Amino acid sequence: MHMADALISPAVGGTMWAVSAAAVAYCSKKVKKNLDEHKVPLMGVLGAFVFAAMMINFTIPGTGSSGHLGGGLLLAVLLGPHAAFLVIASVLVVQALFFADGGLLALGCNIFNLGFFPAFIAYPLIYRKIVREKVTTARLAAASIIAAVIGLQLGAFSVVLETLASGISSLPFTTFVLLMQPIHLAIGVGEGIVTASIVSFVWKADPRILEGPSTTKPSRPAPAGYLVGILLAAALLIGGLLSWYASSHPDGLEWSIAKAIGKGELQGSDRIHDFMASLQEKTAFLPDYAFRQSKPDASQGMQGTDGRLGTSVSGIVGGLFTLGLAFLLGFALKRFSFKGR
Amino acid sequence: MPEAARTFTDLNYLDQLSNGESAVHRLDPRAKLLTVMVFIAMVVSFDRYEVSALLPYFFFPAVMIPVAGIPARYIARKYLFLLPFAVLIGIFNPVFDRDTAMFLGPFAVSGGLVSFASILIRFTLTALAAFILVAVTGFNGICLSLERFKVPKVFCVQLMMLYRYIFVLSNEAVRMGKARDMRSAGGKGKGVRVFGSLIGHLLLRTWDRAQRVHMAMLSRGFTGEFHIRRPLAFRAPDMAFVLFWCPLFILLRCFDPVSAIGRLLLGGV
Repeated sequence: MHMADALISPAVGGTMWAVSAAAVAYCSKKVKKNLDEHKVPLMGVLGAFVFAAMMINFTIPGTGSSGHLGGGLLLAVLLGPHAAFLVIASVLVVQALFFADGGLLALGCNIFNLGFFPAFIAYPLIYRKIVREKVTTARLAAASIIAAVIGLQLGAFSVVLETLASGISSLPFTTFVLLMQPIHLAIGVGEGIVTASIVSFVWKADPRILEGPSTTKPSRPAPAGYLVGILLAAALLIGGLLSWYASSHPDGLEWSIAKAIGKGELQGSDRIHDFMASLQEKTAFLPDYAFRQSKPDASQGMQGTDGRLGTSVSGIVGGLFTLGLAFLLGFALKRFSFKGR
Repeated sequence: MPEAARTFTDLNYLDQLSNGESAVHRLDPRAKLLTVMVFIAMVVSFDRYEVSALLPYFFFPAVMIPVAGIPARYIARKYLFLLPFAVLIGIFNPVFDRDTAMFLGPFAVSGGLVSFASILIRFTLTALAAFILVAVTGFNGICLSLERFKVPKVFCVQLMMLYRYIFVLSNEAVRMGKARDMRSAGGKGKGVRVFGSLIGHLLLRTWDRAQRVHMAMLSRGFTGEFHIRRPLAFRAPDMAFVLFWCPLFILLRCFDPVSAIGRLLLGGV
């Protein structure tokens, strides 16, 4: 479910960075205030534990494939929402940097999708509600599975919204949703079963560990307000982005209309597009390709399609040339730096 | 199991690379972090049908990889390993976007294919940039610069602690996994039940270890700060590095030299 930079627009990436940064700041403050000192090294070591746990696979019955632990819900169960959110975020930072598992610009999205939902929705609103009154193995299992499924469903849906708002992928909304939700239903059930088996093991072996987060109960009611606030802010931001996307969509329409009408229309909007481009607006569809270079063509009185042909061919030739130059430079530098040693 | 082991050696290797002594390694981590973030932001900000204007950005990895002495073969292998994911996230574009975007001679190329190519190039550039950043800066350097960029201290300490213990715990986990695999005849005992108690044991041990670690740290005077070999200092070369690359990336975003070069080469078609 890790999103890559390639599908993200700067607006979406930046917004989610801001949201996640705010959440990290808030959680840091909370952790500093609420948790006793020894939890801080514990958080670090548990983050490493999640990585370690990913290195052991288990076979999924009936499929022959294997899965591993995701860890978001487990961390929330062990540490409580705030500390867990920080640990998940730190795990994602390491994954992005060392494994290119999710991009750097997409980090904000990934922290939100994979951290916020398990730590602040699935754990406090579902898991704790089920387990609170009485702890039994069956309750632990049910709570883990339901919470993991809901957390992942929300995360997956959020991935769909962010991808859509970025507008790089052409995947239609319904297809994307129909693709993502069932896959993550399966993953969620798996994650839930694994979390349940670990939690019930720990509960039998050393129940004190699971009591940790519930001892901070008195401070729980207040964060709910913040929680709603953060959610609302995120919803507004995402909604705003979506509508912004929708309103810039007529570009595509304009383009197809322009194509239908012909070249005169194209030239007419040329200046506007230049203006938009100079404003660094993300207006364009294809027109950028043909417009910028159709100026000299127009002055020479050439036909539109020929102009386009020239554009794309020159783009490709120039691109290959640039790429070749970059590689040559790379090799030259390598030579040079080896001789230098 | 080989995959887990590979992930682990990979991590080790990238960590080793970051201890290099090239001119790029010696730069302030903040300069490198900033430059890479500007690079990624510019690459990603292009229109989704843009292909050729993205190509000049390959100059950055092409310069950084040899100058920093990162083995190109290693980077290439890592990249090829990731490529299927990139294809997976872009493959839907040619399916859903079939409008003609441009003509290559007699062939009409669909918009989906163009944007698919664009996604692949974006993916390559951003993934390369992230690898380069880690390989020349190291994780601790990145954490320290994050702290200077006013990221909460709790989070920075968390990142560093996490990183330190990845190596210890991963070693343990790989050993445990290997031990289980050697004892499981015909795939028996590899299911969720055994996995649960295996991970549970690892967790309990981790918990104890964390407490011992904390005691040990306190008795050595840990006050919530880590110290490293190279203290941060933003000097002239760092400034030069930032001032060379960042404006270049921004210029390449605003002006597209590629088509101009292409037209020049084709004799002004």
